[in-house]
Amino acid sequence: MNYTPHTERDVAEMTAVIGVDGIESLFKVCEAFGGGDKGLSVAGLSQLEAEKKIKASAAKNKVWTSVFLGAGAYRHYIPPVVRHIGSNPRFVTAYTPYQPEMSQGILQAVFEYQSCITSLTGLDVSNASMYDGATAAAEAVLMCADGGDILVSAGINPYVRSVIAAYLKGRGGKITDVPLGADGLTDTEFLKNHSAGAACCIIQQPNYFGNIEDAKSIGGILNDAGVKYILHTYPISLALLASPAECGADFATGEGQPLGLPLGFGGPYLGYIAAKEKYMRKMTGRIVGETTDKNGHTVYVLTLQAREQHIRREKASSSICSNEALCALTAAAYLAAVGKEGFVKIADDCAAKAHYLAERLKASGFALKYGSTEFFNEFVTVSDGVSADAVLKKLAKKGILGGLKIGAKEILWCATEMNTKDEIDAAVKAAKEIF
Amino acid sequence: MAKELKFSASHEWAELDGKTAVIGVTDYAAELMGDIVFVELPAVGSRIKAGATFANIESVKAVSEVFSPVTGIVTAVNLSLNDSPELINRDAFAAYLIKADVEALEDGLMTESEYNKLKH
Amino acid sequence: MKTIFEKTVSGRKCTELPESGIPAYTLKAACTRAEKADLPELSELDLVRHYDALSAKAYGVDSGFYPLGSCTMKYNPKLNECAAALEGFTDVHPLQGDKSAQGALEVLYLLTEYLKEITGMDDGTLQPAAGAHGEFTSLLMIKAYFESKGGKRTKVIVPDSAHGTNPASAAMAGFEIVNIPSLADGCVDVAALKDAMDGDVAALMLTNPNTLGLFEKNIGEIAETVHKKGGLLYYDGANLNAVMGIARPGDMGFDIMHINLHKTFATPHGGGGPGSGPVLCKKRLSEFLPGRRVAKTDGGAYALKKASPKSIGNVRAFYGNFLVCVRALTYIITLGREGIKDAAQKAVLNANYMRKRVSEFLDVPHNVPCMHEFVASCEKLKEETGVSALDVAKALIDCGIHPPTIYFPLIVHEAMMFEPTETESKETIDGAVEMLRSVIEAARTNPQELKNAPKTTPVGRPDEVKAARKPIVAFGKIPR
Repeated sequence: MNYTPHTERDVAEMTAVIGVDGIESLFKVCEAFGGGDKGLSVAGLSQLEAEKKIKASAAKNKVWTSVFLGAGAYRHYIPPVVRHIGSNPRFVTAYTPYQPEMSQGILQAVFEYQSCITSLTGLDVSNASMYDGATAAAEAVLMCADGGDILVSAGINPYVRSVIAAYLKGRGGKITDVPLGADGLTDTEFLKNHSAGAACCIIQQPNYFGNIEDAKSIGGILNDAGVKYILHTYPISLALLASPAECGADFATGEGQPLGLPLGFGGPYLGYIAAKEKYMRKMTGRIVGETTDKNGHTVYVLTLQAREQHIRREKASSSICSNEALCALTAAAYLAAVGKEGFVKIADDCAAKAHYLAERLKASGFALKYGSTEFFNEFVTVSDGVSADAVLKKLAKKGILGGLKIGAKEILWCATEMNTKDEIDAAVKAAKEIF
Repeated sequence: MAKELKFSASHEWAELDGKTAVIGVTDYAAELMGDIVFVELPAVGSRIKAGATFANIESVKAVSEVFSPVTGIVTAVNLSLNDSPELINRDAFAAYLIKADVEALEDGLMTESEYNKLKH
Repeated sequence: MKTIFEKTVSGRKCTELPESGIPAYTLKAACTRAEKADLPELSELDLVRHYDALSAKAYGVDSGFYPLGSCTMKYNPKLNECAAALEGFTDVHPLQGDKSAQGALEVLYLLTEYLKEITGMDDGTLQPAAGAHGEFTSLLMIKAYFESKGGKRTKVIVPDSAHGTNPASAAMAGFEIVNIPSLADGCVDVAALKDAMDGDVAALMLTNPNTLGLFEKNIGEIAETVHKKGGLLYYDGANLNAVMGIARPGDMGFDIMHINLHKTFATPHGGGGPGSGPVLCKKRLSEFLPGRRVAKTDGGAYALKKASPKSIGNVRAFYGNFLVCVRALTYIITLGREGIKDAAQKAVLNANYMRKRVSEFLDVPHNVPCMHEFVASCEKLKEETGVSALDVAKALIDCGIHPPTIYFPLIVHEAMMFEPTETESKETIDGAVEMLRSVIEAARTNPQELKNAPKTTPVGRPDEVKAARKPIVAFGKIPR
């Protein structure tokens, strides 16, 4: 099966106009590089066969209905209207909006996305999106690095840490890891002692272990020391937690997947990045701006393009070209669908359920690793005398996807609005049986 | 001592007055760049080097580096360009970029008539 | 059109959470925000209508002809969309473990294998999220490769006809860029390459066919020149659609490359993304590949391997834009060996047919058989009439088609780069050619009229200078 419309007659007429005796003669110049018989090994299929085949692959995955796993990818409810909007073919099959007259729909949607991100973060400028949360964090670090040391909290998601390190292999930059204290929070004394001369510091909020950092005090320390402050955030938590602006952050980054995007085995996701106004002209990626057209109407365009690779080439701060525009559009539709009040309710529900789960697990033989440290919707348990593997295996047998094993006896749990009280009770009951 | 106006082959002008200079880009350069939207200027007190970039001028679809005609220290920058970069388009000789204390001049700076010959 | 914030009415909503039966939990006041984030509030119907109105002001491949050069705007088959929407793919957590994600691992494994076969490469990763991301990944690998050999190479050669992402990615990876001029036909000036090629050069970045749509006829000599000095040859896969199923970068002498799944393998562009930029490489670069990749065990099961100790790490979280990979795999298994080759053939047929017809009335500087795209020039037209490539592009919008890429490549003045792609019919191309012909004729008879185009769109010629001088980049944020 192919999707080319050409009839034999079309081919004959077209080759005649071109003045060649067949299509093959257009490829003489490269036929020597065909690799003989090696090429693609599979023959084509009808759509019916192809659909069966790909469905068979999908069927080999288990779709868990009771899930307590987060750790960077979160299962939240996606209102059907969000999927509907995000699958509109005029959005899906458009290219980057290079011709503003033909792309006002995409441009305005991205402008509204940028506006939502500035609302969530309290900062002045958001770009049009990054590849994912980890690359957003890494590019924020690159914008701040400037040859100085980069302080990275040990509370950061290991994937994000790894991506920052990989990105720094380019232009260079030394990472100083900032340890956590026994309370599972970034060690502020260490931070004070190491901030002199550092270029920037990145803190995750809530951190990888679910704990809520004292992001305002950290902001105070960093602002006093003249160290640029990047706060890497979980967007749902921003409904409740002090905004990055309130914490004194220069940049806010984060993984936008929880905003209406499916788990999708890791992608496509959405990196968001926002900054104070003074960084606007150095911001990475595309930015949509408002202006007027020749008739005086409000319109939207890609703006501040002099920052970007197609103009600045090797002097551009980043090479990003394609981003995650459709995911950004979807995230904005999600935020509008849940609305100002609904967004807070979701976050409240996440916190309530996670705390209920934690309390019940505590009552069933698990200890909370970080004791009374405040957390949002993730937390770490320690199971004395029982391995994390045994706990998770037991849950799996009951059809429950437990948390992430992060140590021999340590599990990182997550609850969201998707988990019902019955599911939580069932999970705790199964876990309890192991002791 | 009288003020002296000098030009570089990369289209900058410098008005020299003893050990100080006022520096900008020429009207010819401004016209080539089109509508200027942003000017990135150095900090007061920073060192500039003859022939090296000290500022960037952005138009909608281009970035142009501005090369210094002198070696020295920046003593002032034209802050009105922050809000009104179009001043350069309006009158490139009135809209200076920086003032500097001069230690040395770039080799091969031209007089106005020499420069006018070059650009045609 | 009003923004979604202006349509907001406090108290409206379109979703509701169930009662949980769980006591509320209140976070300590010290860590909470002062005010709720200002988000829209609408009914579901108003929300749907807002986005419907926006979609009416967007234009996709489904709307009409989209000959945007270098972007390969081919049809995005709907079967691929259905596949990517399967719950068995969308609702799989990236950390749920190999055992319960065998189907997802199978997709990653098979796609990598098929891409290896199509490109003639030995190994690959699907982790990069876009073409430029794949470039950056490759250059980090190239850097790690030379460092592992104990040497340090500091330079990357980029021809002046290259995509802007090439020098930007190489600079981001810490290399110094050496630009070399291209010949008039966009091909590499081999003499200039030989001059520039020394022991400090890590790689030459090349796209083949080049950005003028012409196949690099000296590719053998180029590869030899680079390899002789110990350098590597990088293939920018943006133009792979021209040769897939017919010629393989691996057989041309390239060592490492990226692919744009959102160009060559028919996954939609989404108004600017998500794309996917897999990196494929020869064996000697394998150990530097990023991320955890999939291996097939003896028992036939799939497993995520630990990354090699020499890996550059991760260039994003998890395994890549997985649902984009699902679409590309569906495309490849549907087309198969013959269909992939047919797609390249018809892409080249369409481009040459359009080139020949356009050259009847508009200058095509290199009017020789091309591959999947060709570049026309409005330079003479502008001299004669004052009408520029931009004016022509805007006038084409009034004809109801998307304009070609303009002002790229930089080596052709007033460039218009057409890439019709293989999924367009002869009638569609004929129609577009006639529209372009009428625009060019109008330029000669009434040039002033074209300066006012487009006239049929909801907006016309935005003030980009104003946008950049005093940027308004979020609703309600007035610039200082």
